[in-house]
Amino acid sequence: MTAENPAVLVIEAGRAERHYWRDLWRYRELFYFLAWRDILVRYKQTVVGIAWSVIRPLLTLLVFALVFGRLARLPSEGFPYPLLVFAGLLPWHFFATALSEAGMSLVANANLLTKVYFPRVLVPAGTVLVSLVDFLISLVLLALAMAWYRHVPDGRIVALPAFFLLAALAALGSGLWLCSLNVKYRDFQYVVPFVVQFGLYVSPVGFSSALVPEQWRLVYALNPMVGVIDGFRWSLLGGDQTLHWPSLAVSASVAVALFVTGVRYFRRTERTLADVI
Amino acid sequence: MSVAIRVEGLSKRYVLRHQRHGRYTALRDVLAEGAKNLGRRLLGRAGRGAGGAPDREPFWALRDVSFEVEEGTRLGIIGRNGAGKSTLLKLLSRVTEPTAGRITLRGRVSSLLEVGTGFHPELTGRENIYLNGSILGMRLAEIRRKFDEIVAFAEVERFLDTPVKRYSSGMYVRLAFSVAAHLEPEILVVDEVLAVGDAQFQKKCLGKMEEVGRGGRTVLFVSHNMDAVLSLCNQGILLKEGSIARMGSIAEVVGDYRRRVAELNYSVETCLARGGSGGARVLRVWVADAQGAAVSAVTSDQPVMLCLEAEVEEVHAGGKALDVGFGVDDADGRRLFTTVSSWNDETVAITGHSLRVGCLLDRLPLVPGRYLISVSLVFQNDTLDSIVHCGAVDVLPGGGAIHANRARDHGDLDLPCRFRMLA
Repeated sequence: MTAENPAVLVIEAGRAERHYWRDLWRYRELFYFLAWRDILVRYKQTVVGIAWSVIRPLLTLLVFALVFGRLARLPSEGFPYPLLVFAGLLPWHFFATALSEAGMSLVANANLLTKVYFPRVLVPAGTVLVSLVDFLISLVLLALAMAWYRHVPDGRIVALPAFFLLAALAALGSGLWLCSLNVKYRDFQYVVPFVVQFGLYVSPVGFSSALVPEQWRLVYALNPMVGVIDGFRWSLLGGDQTLHWPSLAVSASVAVALFVTGVRYFRRTERTLADVI
Repeated sequence: MSVAIRVEGLSKRYVLRHQRHGRYTALRDVLAEGAKNLGRRLLGRAGRGAGGAPDREPFWALRDVSFEVEEGTRLGIIGRNGAGKSTLLKLLSRVTEPTAGRITLRGRVSSLLEVGTGFHPELTGRENIYLNGSILGMRLAEIRRKFDEIVAFAEVERFLDTPVKRYSSGMYVRLAFSVAAHLEPEILVVDEVLAVGDAQFQKKCLGKMEEVGRGGRTVLFVSHNMDAVLSLCNQGILLKEGSIARMGSIAEVVGDYRRRVAELNYSVETCLARGGSGGARVLRVWVADAQGAAVSAVTSDQPVMLCLEAEVEEVHAGGKALDVGFGVDDADGRRLFTTVSSWNDETVAITGHSLRVGCLLDRLPLVPGRYLISVSLVFQNDTLDSIVHCGAVDVLPGGGAIHANRARDHGDLDLPCRFRMLA
């Protein structure tokens, strides 16, 4: 007999709540393991492996720089246009990969979810962690690009993690919504690529959001990535740009709202997930 | 002894959807359904009367089940397909939530509902041990500590850095079970994992589980194999249609189950288990004599034909060769004989959308008793339909042999024999 008094677990209809947050902590290692698995698998199955996380944003950057920078000659706030785009592309790319991976994550792991218990939220959350790795690699690239343009960021760079957190909240929030909906209605697997493609042009990736007419800026900021991208440019590129606080507040509130409602909806779906998926 | 598991009034309801598109719902259907209901309401008709069969139908997989398991008990859960065994295990292992009732578990629970859950084919054996261990609820430090033991038990030392997709199925199962066997939970929930792997490894697994049970831990074991249940468990629960039909010592419960089985009619609908990718569906399985007339009993010295009728979907219809397999089990589910058409260098050609095929055996040389038939349809390694225990045949003593003094452990075969004096 074990010496210690074993933990007592009570399972009751509609009462999974009680262990939820404690379980999440207990299973924290699985969170890393799931992310580690996804990274390993991606690395093994493709020839260039992790290089894909570099190639994709770089090619997007190239297209933007050529089409919008050279041909359309979009204004770039006094910075080299490629830097302006890169600073916007960085959070956008993170958001887009996290969202699309999280959106498909439950369905992709259906076999696991119907056979073992663990806090299900780890699955979509793990994909955000995987996207973080891509993000960090791109961040190194950006640093190289900034060195090339001899652009030294100022003290505002300390605010960068806050903006990153905002991007992660928005990505996980909408990812939770999409993956729960996807379990029930597979239609949403077609929604995700659309949102990602559409969002690239709707968000201020290729241009500065200062181009948006003043009276529309708050409406524009309903897209949470507007606040995130503005914030990234502000803290990375510095210069004489000012942060548009009202629109940042709007974007941040939307991101938080997405996250809170996303978690709620996910937890509602989670209970019967194994029966439906 | 304290109580390790207490289950009170446990129920689980599923809503069966009569749907055409697979398991999940398409948004389209929800919208269409909504529009239909609205239309009905506008027309003032009662929902059901006019609409024909309801699209949703509640189904109680478990209904008001209560029992207690004392610490150190090795509990066997038996019952036929659809009796609620798997649902009970899923509830105990928290994969899904009960509709009503309560479960109290004392101690860490690990469940093995499938061998190798979460194994990724691209990852190496080493990586999968870590991943799988973590999924099953082990801490990193714990996995590190037991790593060598796990590898040794699975006997895969040489292939640790090979992706598991290159493993033989035996190695794969050994590794998967080995990880699970080293969980050391207070309560271990196991679902039929021993159906796989070679006989020697099965023995090793049973031994490991017995060891777990003897160490004061609680084991819940679901199996169709009565011999395994009898040798491993000391208590039993017999489930029938979602309720407990019998509870008590394992010998009593298995005896009860056997009696019920003997009285049962076997058909495709009441089968023990069914699986397969679809593409073909077996409709009927029966036993006939050499002339093709259906019979329910044969003598052990007469020819017998195992027959099945199936419908075949468009993709497989017309000309493609299917592999048809028949298995004969004893009443405990122990496999006595298997035959597959391709083993005999024969393929079964399909004409049109239906298939009727028989396998003629010169004789069924088995001792008197009831034997159960399983069938499967395979197309190029893809099992289209596989049904366990969907037919039965009573074997009667053939000419000559007298079975009055025969005991169970005298064996299953009744081969024709003649004794003579040697010079």
